[in-house]
Amino acid sequence: MFTYAILRLQYLLPLNPQHLGPLSPDLAFNTAVSFTTNTNWQNYGGESTMSYFSQMVALALHNFASAAVGIGLAAALVRGIARHSAKTLGNFWVDLVRVTYYLLLPICLVFAVFLVSQGMIQNFKPYTQATTVEGATQTIVQGPMASQVAIKMLGTNGGGYVNANAAHPFENPTPLSNFIQMLSIFSIGSGLTYWLGRMTKNQAHGWSVWTAMMILFLAGVLTCWWAESAGNPIHHQLGVAAADGNMEGKEVRFGVFNSALFATITTDASCGAVNSMHDSFTPLGGFVPLFNIQLGEIIFGGVGAGLYGMLVFVILAVFIAGLMVGRTPEYLGKKIGAFDVKMAMLSLLVLCLSILGFAAWAAVSEWGKAGLNNAGPHGLSEMLYAFSSATGNNGSAFAGLSGNTPWYNTTLGIAMLIGRFWMIIPIMALAGSLAQKKVAPASVGTFPVHGGTFVILLLGTILLVGALNFLPALALGPIVEHFQMLQGKLF
Amino acid sequence: MATLILAVVCCGVYPLVVYGVAQLAFPRQANGSLIVTKDGTVRGSELLGQDFTEAKYFHPRPSAAGNGYDAANSGGRNLGPTSQKLDSLIKERIAAYRTENGLSDQTEVPADAVTASGSGLDPHISLRNAELQLPRVAKARNTSETKVRELVAQNTDQPSLSILGEPGVSVLKLNLALDSIE
Repeated sequence: MFTYAILRLQYLLPLNPQHLGPLSPDLAFNTAVSFTTNTNWQNYGGESTMSYFSQMVALALHNFASAAVGIGLAAALVRGIARHSAKTLGNFWVDLVRVTYYLLLPICLVFAVFLVSQGMIQNFKPYTQATTVEGATQTIVQGPMASQVAIKMLGTNGGGYVNANAAHPFENPTPLSNFIQMLSIFSIGSGLTYWLGRMTKNQAHGWSVWTAMMILFLAGVLTCWWAESAGNPIHHQLGVAAADGNMEGKEVRFGVFNSALFATITTDASCGAVNSMHDSFTPLGGFVPLFNIQLGEIIFGGVGAGLYGMLVFVILAVFIAGLMVGRTPEYLGKKIGAFDVKMAMLSLLVLCLSILGFAAWAAVSEWGKAGLNNAGPHGLSEMLYAFSSATGNNGSAFAGLSGNTPWYNTTLGIAMLIGRFWMIIPIMALAGSLAQKKVAPASVGTFPVHGGTFVILLLGTILLVGALNFLPALALGPIVEHFQMLQGKLF
Repeated sequence: MATLILAVVCCGVYPLVVYGVAQLAFPRQANGSLIVTKDGTVRGSELLGQDFTEAKYFHPRPSAAGNGYDAANSGGRNLGPTSQKLDSLIKERIAAYRTENGLSDQTEVPADAVTASGSGLDPHISLRNAELQLPRVAKARNTSETKVRELVAQNTDQPSLSILGEPGVSVLKLNLALDSIE
């Protein structure tokens, strides 16, 4: 509510040297929801709509808070797993404050200063008017960008300071800044698996979860890189050098590899920052980020959110293994009951329902089709991506879709709320239920939650659930488009 | 109360500390790496591309930002791989690129020369793209190709730490360097 008010009233508040007007009610709703839920969907234009005050207070506060909330929730779930016969999961407010002061802020300070050294701006000046070499005028964006970008990456928020997000030369000046930004997206999500191992006194389990994530990540990067460097045969026929790959929507300083890598990372985690335009990727190149989001962003994942999403799959994997050998499923000595599996399934089904339900609705209604930038199967991909990204709280987009309409702003806003809070409720129920359970000593028949078998089983569960839920829709979007591209069909 | 303190620290103290350190340690970068002439006119930013159309300048990539290189409206064209519109755009750009630089119909055109960047403000072009434009620029300026090639090399940004990213020729810096030798 507070954020909504700032966005609507930004023209009355200080630090608005460009005299930008208020955001429309639906856009303000969408943006407020999107930052609260760690989605950071950009229907707003950044430099053309947001005042410095809105950026610093309305948006940055949520960048910190939503990241800290995610970590706090993951901490609660892990404590639920680690504790036994317990009544409580720790104090959420203490976690929130500690995470912000001791983890996020110090890293951000150093990170932001490093980004400035690479060429990122950090000032409070009005936009600069430049006279270009050929005599035209160019308005150069200014403002407190570095402090925003540091937390946007570390907190896997991903809401850009400017419209072009991390493709903009100010927001990502050099390949080195690009590399460090990618590293910071993954750092907390990756580190949390180690913490999981420590808390549950089973470091091998932490590493096994990490390994499963790493395998999925590498598979994604390699597919995306291969598709993007193969390029688009339709354009090659026109005379574009085939060796250059697909450069539409990409920056020369990053090239094909760093763009494909960034796209995979930003959707493995729920970051959603982009350094190239996913909408212009080849069909299979665009399939990778889309599928990553639909799996639930569990590959390292958003800070905290990735870990609790992954643990849902761990519980399912253990449950399936238990069924296969005909024993009561156990996870780290705790019996998994009907209630736990129900809650785990609920959190997965909510995701699926919101993505497919809203995308289907948009696909058959006038307001949905009116926003499209591309025709044919690519249009369906645009809608599917939008609702996947909103529900998965990612925030990246097939940005050709004009999402800044009352209908899209509202439906995407609702999808974000569903994706965040209806995920959190079953997961907290799960954490509470696990915390109360007694620990049974491990026996010969206990299924070990580390090692190769466990990793394969976990990967199998993830891919099976993901594929069963989303393959039919994906087949009508990117997959059919791939074959049509090979045949040279245009829309 | 704790929330209020948190808000003040995250939204007030933190950006101001970064601001202070940035302005002291890296004043040039923190203010946009601006290129300012002796009389105080701002000619642009080292990091942002500008549009060039005259034959004596190297030309940047096509831009989808506003009406082209609008630094207050960054963004890409967002057309998909099977888009008819993108196909016709690329066809036109290839034809224009070949005519402009006196290339045969068989010459493969570098991808970056006929596709729009993600930000619409990409300051770089690929080395191959610069090489193909070089004879035209040298001819329009009556200078030797060797001299121009030297400047291209001087204004090429190498990959960070030699392995991250791709080399790119900074169009604005190169064109300013070309102007300054006359």
